[in-house]
Amino acid sequence: MEKERHVLVIFPHPDDEAFSVSGTLAIHREAGTPVTYLCLTLGEMGRNLGNPPFATRESLPKIRKKELIDAANAIGIEDLRMLGLRDKTIEFEDDEKLTSMFTDAINELNPSLIITFYPGYSVHPDHEATARAVVRAVERIEEKIRPKLQCVAFSNNCIDELGQPDIIHDITGIEDKKVAAITAHRSQTEAMVLDWKEKFENQDADFLEWIRKERLWTYKF
Amino acid sequence: MKPIERTEVQNAIDSFAGQDVYLHLETTNGAYATHVDEAFFSAGAYIRNAYIQYEHGKIIGDGPYRIGLKLNIGWVYAEGVNHFELDEQGRLLLAGLDFSGKLAVSMQLSPTPFE
Repeated sequence: MEKERHVLVIFPHPDDEAFSVSGTLAIHREAGTPVTYLCLTLGEMGRNLGNPPFATRESLPKIRKKELIDAANAIGIEDLRMLGLRDKTIEFEDDEKLTSMFTDAINELNPSLIITFYPGYSVHPDHEATARAVVRAVERIEEKIRPKLQCVAFSNNCIDELGQPDIIHDITGIEDKKVAAITAHRSQTEAMVLDWKEKFENQDADFLEWIRKERLWTYKF
Repeated sequence: MKPIERTEVQNAIDSFAGQDVYLHLETTNGAYATHVDEAFFSAGAYIRNAYIQYEHGKIIGDGPYRIGLKLNIGWVYAEGVNHFELDEQGRLLLAGLDFSGKLAVSMQLSPTPFE
């Protein structure tokens, strides 16, 4: 993996980072590269409240904030910024306000790499709106000094339309940090991770492929 | 939250009647419903901090429950409600959790605005 000056990660929900690129980020951190994570919301609208429920609609954001901090610690992220927007409202925010939030961060941090979702291929309206705003912010930077923009895509049509991802990071050896990051988001992932220990022990091929290979597409302007 | 106790919920509904309260009302099937099943029609609605006053309200059914509030000039209702909590801020939090524990509907009343 190329050594970066500074990695800026922009996602709307606590746990977006854990599933998509926590291994990649952990590798950057182990290499001493600074990583800043802008997390737009606290996932206030999450549907998982525990089963039986240990959260309510009103306590969920407080719980998820703690989970996000734990996940960032598991990955080694030292600069976690919670932007205070509300889950499921990103696409209704003022577009220019979002763009300038990201422009300001880029100007402050001067990242060599920005990671977000791929607009058009990331399913959730918050992912899409975040991605569009990041693209607008990056597009405005003069091409020769523009940071790399790498995107997470997982819509059903993403391979058909974007082709195979041009970046695949194999995070074998660092799975523990990724599992710790995902597990930190307990309110959302508790049920999902129940059989993971067994899958690791059984060397479940599909599971290992899924957890070890982090796939990104370089954004085409 | 715990499973609905009808009398307790009815008493809480009664206690808010005739005064200004803030309402949170939400239905959702999750943002990934159509991603998981392309034949699924995704729909939901959300309102936070509507400022209302109702004349009376009722909880009806054998569980999951329906809850309706009669306003001077309208109505509020939710169905599929099966869990509740009266929290430390004096708010009535009602939720309908599906068979896997995921929130499907939420209806909440508070004397002060929701954050």
